[in-house]
Amino acid sequence: MNVQDKSPAEAKPFKPEPARIVRTYHLTEDVKFFQVRFVDMQKALSFNYKPGQFAMISVLGAGEAPFSISSTPSRPGLLEFCIRRAGTVTNALFRLKENSLIGLRGPYGNGFPVEAMTGKDILIVVGGLGAAPLRSVLLYSLDNRDQFGRVAVLYGAKRPAEMIFREEYFSLKQRSDLECHLAVDADDTGKWTERVGVVTTLFPHLRQIDAPNTYALVCGPPVMYKFVIKELVKLAIPKNQILMTLERRMKCGVGKCGHCAIDYIYTCLDGPVFTYWDVIHMRELI
Amino acid sequence: MRILKLQKNCLFPFLEAISKEAELWAPVAKGDKFAFDRVADFSRIAMNATRTIIPAKKIMVPANFNMFHFTEKGYKEDLSHVTDRILFGVHACDIHGLLTLDKIFTQVYPDPYYLEPRKRTMILGLSCWPDEHCFCKSTHTHIVEEGYDLFFTNLESCFLVWIGSSRGDDLIRLVPDLFDENLTEKDIKTYIQWQAERDNAFKTEIQFVRLPDLMELNYRAPFWEELGAACLACGSCTMVCPTCNCYNVMDKQFLGEKPGQRIRHWDSCTLPEYSEVAGGENFREKKFQRLKLWYTHKLQAYVSKYGKPSCVGCGRCLVTCPVQINVKTVAAALEGQEPEAFWKNLAKEATR
Ligand SMILES: Cc1cc2nc3c(=O)[nH]c(=O)nc-3n(C[C@H](O)[C@H](O)[C@H](O)COP(=O)(O)OP(=O)(O)OC[C@H]3O[C@@H](n4cnc5c(N)ncnc54)[C@H](O)[C@@H]3O)c2cc1C
Ligand code: SF4
Ligand code: SF4
Ligand code: FES
Repeated sequence: MNVQDKSPAEAKPFKPEPARIVRTYHLTEDVKFFQVRFVDMQKALSFNYKPGQFAMISVLGAGEAPFSISSTPSRPGLLEFCIRRAGTVTNALFRLKENSLIGLRGPYGNGFPVEAMTGKDILIVVGGLGAAPLRSVLLYSLDNRDQFGRVAVLYGAKRPAEMIFREEYFSLKQRSDLECHLAVDADDTGKWTERVGVVTTLFPHLRQIDAPNTYALVCGPPVMYKFVIKELVKLAIPKNQILMTLERRMKCGVGKCGHCAIDYIYTCLDGPVFTYWDVIHMRELI
Repeated sequence: MRILKLQKNCLFPFLEAISKEAELWAPVAKGDKFAFDRVADFSRIAMNATRTIIPAKKIMVPANFNMFHFTEKGYKEDLSHVTDRILFGVHACDIHGLLTLDKIFTQVYPDPYYLEPRKRTMILGLSCWPDEHCFCKSTHTHIVEEGYDLFFTNLESCFLVWIGSSRGDDLIRLVPDLFDENLTEKDIKTYIQWQAERDNAFKTEIQFVRLPDLMELNYRAPFWEELGAACLACGSCTMVCPTCNCYNVMDKQFLGEKPGQRIRHWDSCTLPEYSEVAGGENFREKKFQRLKLWYTHKLQAYVSKYGKPSCVGCGRCLVTCPVQINVKTVAAALEGQEPEAFWKNLAKEATR
């Protein structure tokens, strides 16, 4: 490779493009929903992404951070994010009102292998804020319902108030073409009608699955993975069909800053979606 | 590739001619060490310098620079720190260091902040003689086949000058009379002898081919924790290593109308917050975990991706780490030799 032949003039991998917050509201006390659109209409319509990919969001003066895209590419134009208040950038985002400008670049990462998943059954296992990246693939499979076999969702949150997109999930329960089980660790409202317990307690309620034909998609807090994977392995779902999206510190999203490195891979380029086989193969993934 | 001859007394006239084209930078003495600096007085150039404290990477990616100016209107690239430069006196290992960075910074998403200075910097290599810490022969980075515009082999009587690129050739053409196309049989013999003697001058040797497997087999070896206990998490090893590329980004906002800045600065995987994520989760909380990442990257991971280690044998970590954690001592530990006694002592002190 000759470095002299590369053209830096066209390469702008770090440049945030202006985007406008169209709608924002609280999902829980410390999680907010953001609907944004690129200011440049052309860019807004041509922004092509896969469920499971992420974008880098910049807030003027506060900095930049990675966030999963929670919307589905099957509904182009608007991008959606669910963001938990964690520090500098997220606090600044929380202060922004509708119509404010942010910077956006992406999409990054590998995303879920939706082509390979076509025709297969899908089992989605969500813990807490894991609902953010998995919402994209869930909405995608609903918009393309006939492309997939059975779709089942297991979702666990700490308390009813922390179950984000609660209404969306309750309405899923009404659908006949999909199975949905919800649980909270503890019900502090006394009005919870669904199950109580950690997300793994939902597995016995799942109807018989066709393991070799199933893709399991998992996202949640780091502690959740071990327990959920155990259940999935018990169900005999093939290791390379157990997919999970993982979080690492990321400063660039494009394989340059080194922060997301694990072994010989960069989470931002080769992830954030990994298979259980990857996890066994590269010890430091989870 | 053409090779020309340059008489010793013709070097300064050549540098004089080319320094009209771009800023000339070269290693100069800094105390008892060396550093790249801009030179107008060529007698400052340390022709027999060993490694510079910081490698040539600092010319391509400075320790701190501004990526963007930003205002309400958006983000505007800032490449104002980049100038046309000629870097003279770059050793073979450092040229390989740049070739390694090329892979990282130009793969998939080419990085304009690296590419622009890389393109605008001419590399004029210079041969060197190993000291007791150099082991570039073990990494096969003691010679260069690519990655330079000109390369000067410093023989007793003259320089032999390799022309590595068309723009290197342009430099020669500024003062063609200084160079001699006709190498004598004696010149060739002198060069061959020089090379043989240099090959024999290496005092440090490391068997790199074994290391990827040994890294894997030693994943849980107790010496990692001993290293971790000794490590000061100072980040010096990553700063001086020619193949370390990690950085952090920080936004700076100013009062008044002045646009804000997005600053990119070197970071180090040995620092505690390197792998920390929101919610306080830290994937590499312990020093030994971070050191293991460093050595996995240098000795194993890069090999599985590019077929060779990302260590170029410059010896900088050997002379820099205050507690002797370096490629040589880690390789020894991987080979099953007891880590040196004072690490254990240091470890004891750290837990006291
Ligand atoms: C691929 C990916 C997808 C993500 N998706 C979402 C999402 O959909 N919703 C959501 O709320 N969060 C998501 N995150 C996490 C989110 O990036 C962090 O919460 C955010 O970076 C915190 O930034 P901050 O400036 O507000 O916090 P800071 O003030 O920077 O720090 C707060 C904490 O966050 C850690 N942190 C700092 N920078 C990063 C970083 N770049 N990546 C991870 N942690 C960091 C710090 O070590 C500290 O513990 C995702 C992270 C990744 C890597
Ligand atoms: S690991 Fe040490 S010897 Fe190898 S290139 Fe880096 S600083 Fe030089
Ligand atoms: S290995 Fe040595 S140089 Fe590197 S951080 Fe630890 S003490 Fe500092
Ligand atoms: S986020 Fe920078 S290398 Fe992955």
